Amino acid sequence: MKQSIWGKILILIGAVVGALLVGALLLLIAGANPLVAYRAMLIGPLSSRYGITEALVKATPLLLVGLGIVIAFRSGILNIGGEGQMVIGALAGSACALALPDLPGILLLPMTLLSSFLAGAVWGGIPGWLKARLSVNEILSTIMLNSIALQLVTFMLRGPLIDPQEIAYGTGFPQTAQLPEQSWLPRLIPRTRLHWGFVVALLLAGLVYVFLWRTSLGYRMRAVGAQKEAARYGGIQVENSLVLAMALSGGFAGLAGMVEVLGIHHRLLDGISAGYGFSGIVAALFGQLHPLGTIPAAILFGALTLGADMMQRAVEVPAAIVLTIQGLVVLFVVGSDVLMRRPDFLKRLLGKRMMPIPEETSQEEVPS
Amino acid sequence: MDQREFANRRIQHMEMCDITKQFPGVLANNQVCIDVRAGEVLALLGENGAGKSTLMKILYGLYRPDAGEIRINDQTVPLHSPNDAIAQGIGMVHQHFMLVPTLTVVENIVLGLPSSKGIFLDLDVAAKRITELSQKYGLQVDPWAYVWQLSVGEQQRVEILKVLYRGADLLILDEPTAVLTPQEVDELIPTLEEMTRMGHSIIFITHKLREVMAISNKVTVLRNGQVIDTLATADTNQEALARMMVGRELLKEYDKAQVTLGETVLEVKSLCAKDDKGLPALKKVTFEVRAGEILGVAGVSGNGQRELADVIAGLQQATSGQVIIAGKDVTNKLPAYVIDAGMGYIPEDRLHTGTIPSFSISENVILKDNARPPIARGPFLDFEEIARYSKRLVQEFAVKTPTLETQVGNLSGGNIQKLILAREISREPAFLLAAQPTRGLDVGAMEYVHQRLLEQRAAGKGILLVSEELDEIFKLADRIAVIYEGQIMDILSIDQADREHLGLLMAGVTQAAD
Repeated sequence: MKQSIWGKILILIGAVVGALLVGALLLLIAGANPLVAYRAMLIGPLSSRYGITEALVKATPLLLVGLGIVIAFRSGILNIGGEGQMVIGALAGSACALALPDLPGILLLPMTLLSSFLAGAVWGGIPGWLKARLSVNEILSTIMLNSIALQLVTFMLRGPLIDPQEIAYGTGFPQTAQLPEQSWLPRLIPRTRLHWGFVVALLLAGLVYVFLWRTSLGYRMRAVGAQKEAARYGGIQVENSLVLAMALSGGFAGLAGMVEVLGIHHRLLDGISAGYGFSGIVAALFGQLHPLGTIPAAILFGALTLGADMMQRAVEVPAAIVLTIQGLVVLFVVGSDVLMRRPDFLKRLLGKRMMPIPEETSQEEVPS
Repeated sequence: MDQREFANRRIQHMEMCDITKQFPGVLANNQVCIDVRAGEVLALLGENGAGKSTLMKILYGLYRPDAGEIRINDQTVPLHSPNDAIAQGIGMVHQHFMLVPTLTVVENIVLGLPSSKGIFLDLDVAAKRITELSQKYGLQVDPWAYVWQLSVGEQQRVEILKVLYRGADLLILDEPTAVLTPQEVDELIPTLEEMTRMGHSIIFITHKLREVMAISNKVTVLRNGQVIDTLATADTNQEALARMMVGRELLKEYDKAQVTLGETVLEVKSLCAKDDKGLPALKKVTFEVRAGEILGVAGVSGNGQRELADVIAGLQQATSGQVIIAGKDVTNKLPAYVIDAGMGYIPEDRLHTGTIPSFSISENVILKDNARPPIARGPFLDFEEIARYSKRLVQEFAVKTPTLETQVGNLSGGNIQKLILAREISREPAFLLAAQPTRGLDVGAMEYVHQRLLEQRAAGKGILLVSEELDEIFKLADRIAVIYEGQIMDILSIDQADREHLGLLMAGVTQAAD
């Protein structure tokens, strides 16, 4: 019934290899040597300190968003609004840091992170509340809120929060002033961009695990996610659980946005979410919706993203092909899920081919 | 015409010989032999897990036997897939319907079949044939109705038509009556008789003895994967079959302890509620249950029983009236409040309401107590305590499971019900509501559930038993309330009640009208 962890890992690796094989065809069509391309993509991120640290830099927001996704999905509600929650979190956190420039770092940093978490929680909590009270489809509402959030941040960056210097120089580039230095997340390794946000994300992964599997509240949220009717029957308030799940999920995305600001850019600018709100979902699914599984998944996708950049430079193929290959990886990985949930499926698939067919009757797959 | 049709059946004699099938850890079938001839109904009788379903899946080509062979008209036939089985004239009606609710009856029936018009559907032609078939066999159903509009009984007719449409001579019916109301069962019987008259053979899987006696010509009893005996139905009786099936003597009557009635634990006062469609489902329902008694609610399914149970449990809103549990007004309160007031609830849908199938046994045991000490220590769950508690419950209630971490969805129906009983009874509620507590259970498990409920009665709990099985109510209840179209027709003490009178009340006929 239950598959060993190694079996699962093997299936995941198989899925990635399958995606790369199909991607190789595309590369051939584009006139690039797949071997050179994949060498750059797979070996590149691992071959230097720069590569490794950059992969972890990209893994950090993936992991944070992914943790929120784990909480939401496990609680039975789909959060597709990571993008919006990220930028709203980053907006609130940046505003907080800019408003209190004289506070010492030991106070300012936690306050900044907390305000980003709360802002993301509100932005996530809204669709949660709409779902719980009014049965509004959360996929629609979260996606709509993404657009609102992005527009809101763009407005703030062009108006109220724009860097005074941009106005002074007349360039008008939409970004805030640099945040006070004491609020920045310190670098983990000097002369790389890897910052303490990665460590924070790792600690939070452990925390989410403990929360979901070791506390009463987490148990209740998982119960709602697994079987709403039974949870209600058991005296659990399903509506509250949904709102809380979305709020926490949004909070983690908000935190991811602020960690990007405090760790990398040190100011809020347009496009800070960079698609992490969506790819975080993939990382969480790849990690089997388990907080600890999401850690390697986020690192893998961080490395793949970086590797794709490197590949593009190495073989000079259009960026679209790189995106396509990433998409293929996602498709194959999500598709491999069926093999994990139904181990017999693989056996049947292989069995049909390998077993000698004794009689004259042809054997077709049966639609039942 | 019948004679000719009879002789034209491709399957005149089907035998399964020495079938053995081993699953990891279980010998599901051990040298099983059965046979059935054209025009015969063979009842395959056995408890859950006796190997009936495995045997039928082998016959339908879903599993391959490790040993043994299947012969049709004395010739060995290879059945490697359902397509092979269908080609041989074997059809199967599954217990859980395989229909697409958003398609019409005719669309469902032709699904997967080639059309006479190439890539275009020939629905009109098909509908005509379906109408012919349904007239021939007495399976009334509108081919153009959508499946979601049909009742469970009608959906089953569609399933049977689907199989007949594909030209099946031998029909396997997997527990066809488990989902039917008594009336629908009565309607199914003449259909089966009609089919046998036309020369079809039928294998009827069941664990209900009454149906075996009513429907079959021949019965094969399976226990632990082995054939205990095969005999002509006319030569046996229910008691003998029950003994063979369970492997021990069953109690005919239960000993009911003398209990002095205590305080009122449930009071329902002119309760009204609506159903899913917004129509009145409960109309001024009034009754009470006292400590130490079992009040049975008898009625045909769909007369407000589900709403009654859900409103009492706080899972559904009452539009007016009052529910009082152990002195506390719980009308329209949250389920948690009702639980705290002292209610235990064995819900009708044991797999999706009573338990969380993807959660482990331990996780299901703590469903109602996850935030209470000693299960919870502060905000955290105490896993040692949970393991200890679950282990105790599993042992006390004889839940058969490999481990405490096993997912509940993998347990058999009887074991799931035992687990729910264990959880609900161990919480020591003042009032226990048991809704259809033995539906779909085999006799052994049924007896177990009954004994446990009587034990609770003797321990001074008040029990409301909602059941469609009159037998069950007669065995357990002290008083009987008959519900019809959301109204309580009458409440009778068990000494005054007789079946005929109850039957009339259940059909909405009051004494006065007689």
